[in-house]
Amino acid sequence: MTPSGRAWLLLGLIGYAILPWHLADLAPLANRYPAGEAGSGLGRALFGGAWWLLPIAAGLAVATVPVVARLDRDKAAAWLVAGGGFGLALLVVQGFVIGHNGWTTAWLAAWFGAPGPRQGGLGFGAALTALALLMLLCQGLADRGWCRGDAFVVSAIGLVVALIGLFVFFPVLRILVSAFQDNAGQFSFSEFAAKVLDRSIWGLDCLTSSLRCGVAWNTLFLAVLVGVGTTALGLAFALIATRTGFRYKGALRVLTVLPIITPPFVIGLALILLFGRSGALSALLYEWFDIPRSRWIYGLPGVLIAQLLAFTPIAFLVLIGVVQGISPSLEEASQTLRASRWTTFRTVSLPLMRPGLANAFLLGFVESMADFGNPLVLGGNFEVLSTKIFFAVVGAAHDQGRAAVLSLVLLGFTLAAFWVQYAWLGKRVYTTVTGKGDSGLLLPLPRRVAWLCYATAIPWAVFTFVVYAVILVGGFVRSMGRDYTPTLEHFLTGFRIEAGRHGLFLSGSAWDSFIATLKVAAMAAPLTAVIGLLTAYLMSRQSFAGRRAFEFGTMLSFAIPGTVVGVSYILAFNVPPVEITGTAFILVMCFVFRNMPVAVRSGIATLSQIDKSLDEASLTLGARSFATVRRVILPLLRPAVVASLVYSFVRAMTAVSAVIFLVSAEYNMATTYIVGRVEAGEFGLAIAYSCVLIVVMLIAILMIQLLVGERRLGRRTAPAPVGNVAVQAAG
Amino acid sequence: MKRLVVAAAMAVVLVSPGRAQETLTVYCSILEEQCRVGVAAFEKATGIKVSMVRKSTGETYAQLRAEANNPRADVWWGGPGDPHLQAAEEGLLAEYKSPKLAELHDWAVKHAEQSGWRTAGIYLGALGLGYNTKVLASRNIPEPKCWADLLDPRFKDEVQIADPNSSGTAYVMLASIVQLMGEDQGFAYLKALHKNVNQYTKSGAAPVKATALGETAVGIAFMHDMVTMILDGAPVKTVAPCEGTGYETGSVSIVKGAKNMEAARRFYDWTLSAEAQTLIGSGLKINWVPSNKAAATSPHAPKLSDIKLIAYDAAKYGSSAERTRLLKKWDAEVKALPK
Repeated sequence: MTPSGRAWLLLGLIGYAILPWHLADLAPLANRYPAGEAGSGLGRALFGGAWWLLPIAAGLAVATVPVVARLDRDKAAAWLVAGGGFGLALLVVQGFVIGHNGWTTAWLAAWFGAPGPRQGGLGFGAALTALALLMLLCQGLADRGWCRGDAFVVSAIGLVVALIGLFVFFPVLRILVSAFQDNAGQFSFSEFAAKVLDRSIWGLDCLTSSLRCGVAWNTLFLAVLVGVGTTALGLAFALIATRTGFRYKGALRVLTVLPIITPPFVIGLALILLFGRSGALSALLYEWFDIPRSRWIYGLPGVLIAQLLAFTPIAFLVLIGVVQGISPSLEEASQTLRASRWTTFRTVSLPLMRPGLANAFLLGFVESMADFGNPLVLGGNFEVLSTKIFFAVVGAAHDQGRAAVLSLVLLGFTLAAFWVQYAWLGKRVYTTVTGKGDSGLLLPLPRRVAWLCYATAIPWAVFTFVVYAVILVGGFVRSMGRDYTPTLEHFLTGFRIEAGRHGLFLSGSAWDSFIATLKVAAMAAPLTAVIGLLTAYLMSRQSFAGRRAFEFGTMLSFAIPGTVVGVSYILAFNVPPVEITGTAFILVMCFVFRNMPVAVRSGIATLSQIDKSLDEASLTLGARSFATVRRVILPLLRPAVVASLVYSFVRAMTAVSAVIFLVSAEYNMATTYIVGRVEAGEFGLAIAYSCVLIVVMLIAILMIQLLVGERRLGRRTAPAPVGNVAVQAAG
Repeated sequence: MKRLVVAAAMAVVLVSPGRAQETLTVYCSILEEQCRVGVAAFEKATGIKVSMVRKSTGETYAQLRAEANNPRADVWWGGPGDPHLQAAEEGLLAEYKSPKLAELHDWAVKHAEQSGWRTAGIYLGALGLGYNTKVLASRNIPEPKCWADLLDPRFKDEVQIADPNSSGTAYVMLASIVQLMGEDQGFAYLKALHKNVNQYTKSGAAPVKATALGETAVGIAFMHDMVTMILDGAPVKTVAPCEGTGYETGSVSIVKGAKNMEAARRFYDWTLSAEAQTLIGSGLKINWVPSNKAAATSPHAPKLSDIKLIAYDAAKYGSSAERTRLLKKWDAEVKALPK
């Protein structure tokens, strides 16, 4: 048995025999340990009447056999698989069938008598034991030859599958089941069929009459527009940033990143203040050109503009790594063969960007489908699935089944987009970063492409700038749109610091939520990056059964609208075995698994450019998978690391729809606070708070980039500064 | 491997152990400021620690339903009466006859009785019209006084109201119109009004803000929300329609299966007291009518004597069956109409 196997066994024993098995208040420990509520698994099993915990010891004992007895490798592996598998299965099954009030299923109660044994949510001891059993199982499987006997790879697959199963599939299944139930909780297929085929979803009346089309078509149309738009704009920015000598690149990059760090509702609000019927720009247009004021911003145009503003940065973050990674030698080869710059760009560079383009489009498409803040503020009578779903859950009708059905439609679209992406990329190879000396010079853009980029990117940058000017001004005037007296009152209400008797005292009303948000975001970001990139590595570098299904699974929680995820998390995690509502943990997990797809997508896009021969060289030289990942792949993945850290940190600070059900008094989030202010009509405070968040996020992005550093690709001259938005802004 | 151990350790640190059972958990659906001020005053008066989360009414109701198997909250404080009644109907709320009921106005006691003593009224807010005086003046439109005035073709695309499917406020309007004019005539009115409606907003409070900003000339919402904008300096006036109007009864309830029943009852009693209602009502310039007879009403609040309130049948129109039927009918007959 390997040293790490022994370590896991030891951890498993600690988890079982020493740590408290269930979640319990630890304060009056003396009378409840080791056999009472706060007791360890062993203590409760022997002295606390929790007999069902005893067989788990058998699992651990079986896994201990290879340590005690001298066995050959195959036999030892068999013992590990048996022990780990048995213990883990038992632990999971017990967790689900024994609840707070006895048996959780009717037939068990009928069989063994009600109410049966009771237990609360599983705690540290159970979690550690489960993890150790899983790792022992993976160790055993690796020793039996899975994944070329690579224990790291098997363990990583085991861990990621278990986490995705627990935090994505389990809650999502809980809520999707309700699609097939009527309001009384009975299964009913006819009702499901009626709900799915409803005219309000699929109606095509807008083609033939003045009536509105179904909400599904609206959503699809908008998502395609946003996907194409964000990809085009993101590409333009990425090309300017890497391939031109544009002078104000720094400023441009700050502008492209700003929207991603803007809390929800704020962009929508700013657009209304600019283009609404009484907006500032509308007033100018009316006075200067006599263009009548109208409400054109409410509906498809407004939502489209707001989403383009919000999601272009994501496309940019994905594309910049890919554009950089394209090998100059291929382009040089093309030019040596006398291709013009334009031909080279069209036939060499652009096709090599396909993984980036496809992933950027997919993210824009899915983000647009799941976005809820912008359609809420700007949608007018243009309805999309996400808002429909939100109000099916929280609106006056309170129809969870309908929300689940609409979520299924949304999922269907995402699934389709995912497969289209797959088909488009096909089986071609996009590798450009290889171990061979790749010290070419990046080709400047062909002139017409450069002009096209400038023509799209610069007006857009100016527009973004204007929107943010409005936001900034909004925080410092009494009432945006009505009363422009300058004031600091909003900042004081939110962030007042008073000097009390015991030193400084944070008396502003926003401090609590602000600090909680920072904590949660700081915890979620590294976890997201680690799990996401690990998943990307497994999916693009290892082959195992069910890989495609696994890949789609990671997209699930991203594709399902936040509201549905929020409700599904309550349904899944408010009762044992994993009873974590009201803690910071559920918020962190929600963020990690909602934002992981971005880490996965940018990881896959970047990895698909890195030649496998690099890994193989490392393996041939005797490094194990883990060392290869750490020394070779991770340094080349730096743009993806930055993208995933930045994105997950920022989203943890700005996401709203999922967390609205998960916040508790102790862990209230900044966004729910802001939404509350917007609801109360206190735009000033909402905008002021958003300004503070934006500054904090800019600092965080700067720090992430300083910490992670740049990727060095051994090009002749550094073609363009990589990934240091704020550094340039500051300089 | 080391990394996995670190991740595991992080996960262990993350789960804060246990929940102290001594603190009272309150889901609060009135304005954040009211929630905070109220909770602080209650803590000071009783020494009971309160942990409060502010969420909108719909969100709270959805959360209570999701948590039904293992309730987290003790008290649900604030928000229109309809969802409270619906929660009572579904068995999510605990029965409690507060001694404070004797101090309340009749409408609040009646509300409690309708719910089977599972909720009680803490304030009354009348539905009304709000209009932007600047916009009306610039277009030479007379100020509306009645529901019927809104059908004037000059108001084309100038009236804003929320979608009753998503907003409790708009559902109150739908139910009020039906009760005021009868179902057939009521729907005929709503169909006629449809031509003048520029947008069915998602949130019930959105028309208030749109009116204040001049994005719409007229908004239909609760009058006390309009008054808040007026006090903030917006060029808005609000009026109770001459034909009569409906209202919401802001409610407070104890969650069934509350873990701190004793403290929950003390909180419940406290929210019905005159001092509490004065503090979070007129004390914070909130212009609704408190349910406790002894509580002070804000001087800016619309006078109940000037408003013709209909006898709002909360039992009938708050029930799920009637609500579902009316919403379906509204979807099919009003919202689906071409403009």
